[in-house]
Amino acid sequence: MKKFATFILTTALALSIIAGCAQKTSGTVTTDGSTSMEKVIGALGEAFEAQNKNVTFTYNPTGSGSGIQAVLEGRCDIGLSSRDLKTDESAQGLTGTVLAYDGIAVIVNPDNPVSDLDVDTIAKIYTGEITNWKDAGGHDAEIVLIGREAGSGTRDGFESITGTSDNCQYRQELTSTGDVITAVSQNPDAIGYASLASVKDTVRAVTVSGVAPTEDTVRDGSYVIQRPFVLVTKTDTSLSAPAQKFFDFVTSPDAVELISNAGAVAAG
Amino acid sequence: MGRKRQLAENAVHGIFLMLGQVTVGCVLLITVYLVASGIPAIRQIGLVPFLLGNTWESTAAQPSYGILPFILTSIYGTAGAILFGVPVGFFAAVYLAKMAPANVKAVAESAVSLLAGIPSVVYGLVGMLVLVPGIRALFHVPDGASLLAAIIVLSIMILPSIIKVSITALEAVPKEYEDASLALGATPIETYFRVSVPAARSGIAAAVVLGVGRAIGEAMAVMMVSGNAANMPSLFESVRFLTTAVSSEMSYSSGLQRQALFSIALVLFLFIMLINAALNFFLKGQKEG
Repeated sequence: MKKFATFILTTALALSIIAGCAQKTSGTVTTDGSTSMEKVIGALGEAFEAQNKNVTFTYNPTGSGSGIQAVLEGRCDIGLSSRDLKTDESAQGLTGTVLAYDGIAVIVNPDNPVSDLDVDTIAKIYTGEITNWKDAGGHDAEIVLIGREAGSGTRDGFESITGTSDNCQYRQELTSTGDVITAVSQNPDAIGYASLASVKDTVRAVTVSGVAPTEDTVRDGSYVIQRPFVLVTKTDTSLSAPAQKFFDFVTSPDAVELISNAGAVAAG
Repeated sequence: MGRKRQLAENAVHGIFLMLGQVTVGCVLLITVYLVASGIPAIRQIGLVPFLLGNTWESTAAQPSYGILPFILTSIYGTAGAILFGVPVGFFAAVYLAKMAPANVKAVAESAVSLLAGIPSVVYGLVGMLVLVPGIRALFHVPDGASLLAAIIVLSIMILPSIIKVSITALEAVPKEYEDASLALGATPIETYFRVSVPAARSGIAAAVVLGVGRAIGEAMAVMMVSGNAANMPSLFESVRFLTTAVSSEMSYSSGLQRQALFSIALVLFLFIMLINAALNFFLKGQKEG
């Protein structure tokens, strides 16, 4: 009889352990895609892991196209794309959820009289077609182009939005946003670009076709030097429990501050 | 008792030997690693297009990996720093070693030591905030971030090594040489430049080579003032050094680009080996002379 009681007790204990496990999410969340989203997704992944000790979060920086391909082939839970899905990609059974927007401000020295440029002019300036500020509505002075190093997400974003990929005639290629801002603030004839969140008072962000870069204009799409950060999932297959939890977390209001700290504008 | 002592002696000897080997091991490890990771890209790109190609577009749709601009920039930049830094450092060393009153010497020597201790990022920051706008205003160029800015920063950075090693060499000259010269009727200045300096020449040469080594290996300060565009070197153009080519692109690089960065590091490593060989040569000369 005593043996039987022990057996019951042990079984109950064992069951309670399993039950306890079921309430916590465990497993892995795998993401794959855009290198530009590294900062945002890294910050979110870290916070998510801190909240869910049993979940391992992985991020594979391969590029938007590879990330979308990876979801399609089931090699990862969530694909990361820094552009909207194309119609043929959606037609293959993929859904894109905009996580955040990456707004890139075009900055000039506060002493520069130019306050408005359009995308076409910006592209011409960066490709070296316009080399003097007087052709862009400013003083007679040579334009000094400041940009980021090859491989930087901000550079990739700026060049792909303005259509100047591999054609920019940089005078300075600096390795951080802070250096770009310092360089522009030190030279009255300089122009540079930096992610919206990091623009400071020492430089002035120009309006693009009359629209000032703010969180609101980036979110509603009226400020055009911006691109979406998209979470790509399969339309008809539901996510695994930890992946769904991650998805809910990053699209919740809790993630807004993490996203803006990482330099992007949360979509929600 | 004697055996026990012998044992302890051997143990201590072993420990010291092992610690000594750590340094040698590190050098070997770095050499092997650099060669192993630097060779594949050179093979893929080809030695001649890699070393003599003059365009570097590592992330373009059709990438090209020519590092001639970086090599020339590093050589010009170092040569420029030597051109500015050596005369200043040399005369400062002669003054401090031979002519300066004791209190002036004490203050100046601690200032030189302080200069040596300033982190390179501080040199870079000051250069970025003072030198770059200064060059822009002084020479009426569109932007001050240039080879010239890098040369000025580098010549200041190599001053401490040149001054300190030269002072040591000058002070090691036997006093009898100078006394004899003075007794023969030479003025003190004649004595210093005709007797002391020639006697200390191999030490001074070693100081210069040490300065070259410091200048060619510097990355941080140079990166902040030189603009980093992969242009052929020109005094007022934005340029990229071998060191900054590696450090500016490493963080986001992948594939062949990353391997090519290791190859650049290998080229830089070979340069530094050459400089070290030269340094050893001069130091040996000093011992024999």
